[in-house]
Formats: sequence, structure tokens, C-alpha cells
Amino acid sequence: MMIPACRLADLPRGEAYRLDMDPPVSVFHTDDGEVFAIDDTCTHQDASLADGWLEGCEVECPLHASKFDLRTGAVDAPPAKLPVRTHEVLVEDGMIYVRVSTDAPNLPPCIASRLAAGPA
Amino acid sequence: MKAVAVVGASLAGLSAARSLRKQGYDGRLVVIGDETHRPYDRPPLSKEFLAGTLGEADLALEADDEDLRAEWLLGTRADGLDRTRRAVRLADGREVRADGIVIATGAAARTLPGSEGLAGVHALRTLDDARALRDELALGGRLVVIGGGFIGAEVASTAYALGLDVTVVEVAPTPLAGPLGETMGGIVSALHTDHGVRLLCGVGVKGLSGGTRVDAVLLEDGRSIPADIVVVGVGARPCVEWLEDSGVELDNGVKCGADGRTSLAGVVAVGDCANWYDPRLGAHRRVEHWTGARERPDAAVATLLAGGALEPGVPRPPYFWSDQYGVKIQFAGHAGVSDSVTVEEGAVGDRNVLAVYRRAGEPVAVLGMNQPRLFVRWRKQLAVPGSR
Ligand SMILES: Cc1cc2nc3c(=O)[nH]c(=O)nc-3n(C[C@H](O)[C@H](O)[C@H](O)COP(=O)(O)OP(=O)(O)OC[C@H]3O[C@@H](n4cnc5c(N)ncnc54)[C@H](O)[C@@H]3O)c2cc1C
Ligand code: FES
Repeated sequence: MMIPACRLADLPRGEAYRLDMDPPVSVFHTDDGEVFAIDDTCTHQDASLADGWLEGCEVECPLHASKFDLRTGAVDAPPAKLPVRTHEVLVEDGMIYVRVSTDAPNLPPCIASRLAAGPA
Repeated sequence: MKAVAVVGASLAGLSAARSLRKQGYDGRLVVIGDETHRPYDRPPLSKEFLAGTLGEADLALEADDEDLRAEWLLGTRADGLDRTRRAVRLADGREVRADGIVIATGAAARTLPGSEGLAGVHALRTLDDARALRDELALGGRLVVIGGGFIGAEVASTAYALGLDVTVVEVAPTPLAGPLGETMGGIVSALHTDHGVRLLCGVGVKGLSGGTRVDAVLLEDGRSIPADIVVVGVGARPCVEWLEDSGVELDNGVKCGADGRTSLAGVVAVGDCANWYDPRLGAHRRVEHWTGARERPDAAVATLLAGGALEPGVPRPPYFWSDQYGVKIQFAGHAGVSDSVTVEEGAVGDRNVLAVYRRAGEPVAVLGMNQPRLFVRWRKQLAVPGSR
């Protein structure tokens, strides 16, 4: 499924835009002008990667500083151990679209158990 | 370099071993640790592990399929460093010869003199400590935490959530004033009283009372606080006794450069045991935070592999986080050098503030309570070369 995210012109380089889905997905515009989409939730705990520290093609989690590669989702070092999902991005007529991966997300234990418990 | 010994098998030691392999070191790698456990993560010991929401398997720092091609000598204490033979002496009589040595022996919890052998009294540094404390907290009752620093505060917060009756005793007039300054120390430590946890400040502990088991904490002002469980959270001391007479200069831990280089060639120090020179501060500082123990080994290993020929870079300002009463606390920089602190965002009453510390108008530190997004922006700004 292709989901319209936001206009490229509205997302400055070095910034991220969080799509309010379940689980949330974030679109990153790197300083080099590339656009990537990954799952927004860190795989370690409940942190939003859109709040993180973007440098090159990596985003550092705002809480405990594991770094995720925007291209592959891979994580560099603990405390996070699992990669995040990456999503396909398409930019057309100045609009950013995201094709959400059909893989299972690697949600942190605190969120996975909340989801398993069903809606509050 | 043909053989490297890493002494200390926790976060800083594991990070050093990883950096060695990542930076292309292909020789013999020996990791020596006195605990019997594989490297595990300590921050959850006062939080999720103590609360029972994370198990031991979740604490592992290594990935399941990780293989650093290292020899792990666990459950083995190093008790000396022989610089002429370039060997680490082990307590069991063995020795490990190595041309490169990484000192990563961390810190050990300080204890209260006279509390040894009294049941119900705990310190919290290791997995074994945390298991014992978790099992006792599960029984409930009255907990007195001695020390209102980060570990003490986290234990208080976790125990409060578990339903215990909690009192925190702190000798300083304001908890956390050392790392955060008076104003923000007061605001963060108000989390205790927000939740009905008693906070007694400005009073020292004279001793503990009890027969085989503790039954009260005796204060210097004559008060006696009844207790079923006591946690002593009065800080940690660097584990460097084993280096005495080794030629490695010691001063509040291992004295070293920003890149970990010590007074001995081929020996670097990382993590909680390292009193490293912080160029932003213009002074040595021993920092007991997770992120430094994870990151600084990269630079120390580069120095070791280059035979000390590298120019040390400027490390990022020290950073730590803490979780108390559901509030995410984050701090970066040096509060001690600031001459002002202002709340830039959020409301003190809601405990969701972003506060910036400045010296002569320049930001030198930042504190966030439930403000990860803004915090990261400020932290990034602090790290700009040339700034503090
Ligand atoms: C309960 C708790 C909660 C924490 N929470 C946070 C937090 O929320 N945020 C944060 O930023 N930081 C936190 N920290 C701090 C963080 O965990 C430490 O900064 C980090 O563990 C330091 O890593 P290290 O490898 O330098 O030292 P350590 O983790 O202390 O490891 C040193 C290892 O060396 C071993 N050793 C010591 N002497 C010898 C010897 N002679 N021979 C062989 N082995 C030896 C020790 O047994 C130990 O296993 C917390 C610490 C604790 C204890
Ligand atoms: S929440 Fe992201 S590294 Fe911990």
C-alpha cells in the first residue's frame, strides 16, 4: 500500500516526519537530500527515532544512542539488538509516498506486550 | 600487535573488544572478567529487571550470533599488571601476556561500614545484587534508601511502583545537586514527594540497627527510621587496586587522556574506572555513565592500534539518562561550570522541562524531563566543536 506522507518541500534536510500509523513510520530527509522511511519506534524501548540525532544515513536513538542505518535498518551496537523495518519511498510530483513493508515489525518488548494485551 | 588483553568484561570491555575487531585487529584477544556472567546491561538492574518486567536473558549485551573470536576468562580476577613482562596476573595464579592492554574494570558500589552481615541490607551494582534485592522487594514492606543519587532514586521509584513504603535519606540539602546543580536537582528530586515517597535531606546516617536482620536506619539527628529493607546507594569507587605499583598512574581511577591513553605505552583505560581528560572542561573527570563506556572505547582502541600516534579528537559531552516515576530524565554536558540555568520549554510543575545551563551566555549543559526531541536538538548543539 502506498501512503502519502508529506510534501518534500515541507520536510527540510536533516529533519524527520512521523506518520501516525500503527506502528508509526518515519520519513527522514538526510543532509545529502536523500529520503528514507523506517519504523519510528526503536527496537530497544519506547522511543521515537524521528526525535533522534540524524547524521549521514544514520539516526541515533534519542534515549540510549543505538544507531540505525536508514538504508538497511541495521543497528550498530547495544542496547538495541534488532534492526528496524525499512520501507520503500517514492517521490512523485513533490509528494513523498511510503510503501509500508509487509514484514513483521521488531517492536520493543514493552510495546509488543501492550499490543498483545489488546486495545486499552 | 599480536595479543590484546581486555580486563573487565562488562560494557566498556565488550565495547573495546568489538572496536578491536571492527578496526581490523586480527590477533589474540583475551577478555578477563571477575563475574561469572557474560557481559550484561546494568541500567535495567535498577529499573525493569528490578521491577520484574525484564528477565536475565534480556540483559545480554551480546547479540545471539555474535562471535568476537575472543578467549573469555570469566570468574577470574586480575590482581596485577607486570609492565616489564607485559602480563596481566590473575588471582588464580595464571597470567596473560599481551602487548596491548585495555583496562575496563569499572566501579564497585560503596558500602556502609558496619552493615556487613546484616540481612536486608543491599547495594546495587551487579546482577547478583539485583537478583537478591528483587527477591526481597517482592515481599514488600518498608524500604529505606540511603543516598538520593540516580541509583537510589531509581530504586525508590521502582519500589514505589511495586507498592512498598519508601523513604529516601540524603545527606546533602538537595539530592542530585552535584550533577544537576541546586535548582534542577531540587526539581528532579521533587519526583519523590510528588509520589508520596518520603525524602529526608540534609541529614546523615549514623548507622543501622538490628540483630541478624536490619530493623531501622539511625540518623545523625537522633531519629530512627524503621526499615525492613535498606538499599545503600552512596556511590561507587573505581576498581583499580589491582593496578597499584603497576606504573599506571592512578588518581581517582586510571588517569588517562580523552582517548584513554594512560601513563604506560600500550595500555588504555575506558569506562567507569577511567579518569579521563576532558578538553571541553580542561580537567580530568571520571564519568560513570553508560554512553561513555559504550563510546569511548572506539577512540581508545584506535589509539592502542596506532601505538599512540593518533591525535585525540574531542569527545562528545558526557551524556546520561535516568528513568524515575515514569519520567525520562536526560542530561548532557557539565552543570558545574555554568553560571545560569533557565527553563526553555515545558512546565516545572508538570515535570516535563527542558533546561539549558549556560556559562557567559554559552550553553554548557542541557537537562530534559520527558523532552527527548528537544533534548537531542540541544545535545547536538553542545557537541559542536569549539563549544563546550
Ligand atoms: C543499577 C545501575 C543502573 C544504572 N543506570 C544507568 C542509567 O540509567 N543511565 C546511565 O547512563 N548509566 C547507568 N548506569 C551506569 C552504567 O551502567 C555504567 O556506566 C557502565 O556499566 C560502566 O561500564 P564499565 O564496563 O566501565 O564498568 P562496569 O559495568 O562496572 O564493569 C566492570 C567489570 O569489571 C569487573 N572487574 C572489576 N575488577 C576486576 C578485576 N580486577 N579483574 C577482572 N574483572 C574485574 C567487574 O566485576 C565488572 O564486571 C547504571 C549502573 C548501575 C549499577
Ligand atoms: S530506546 Fe532506543 S536505544 Fe534504548
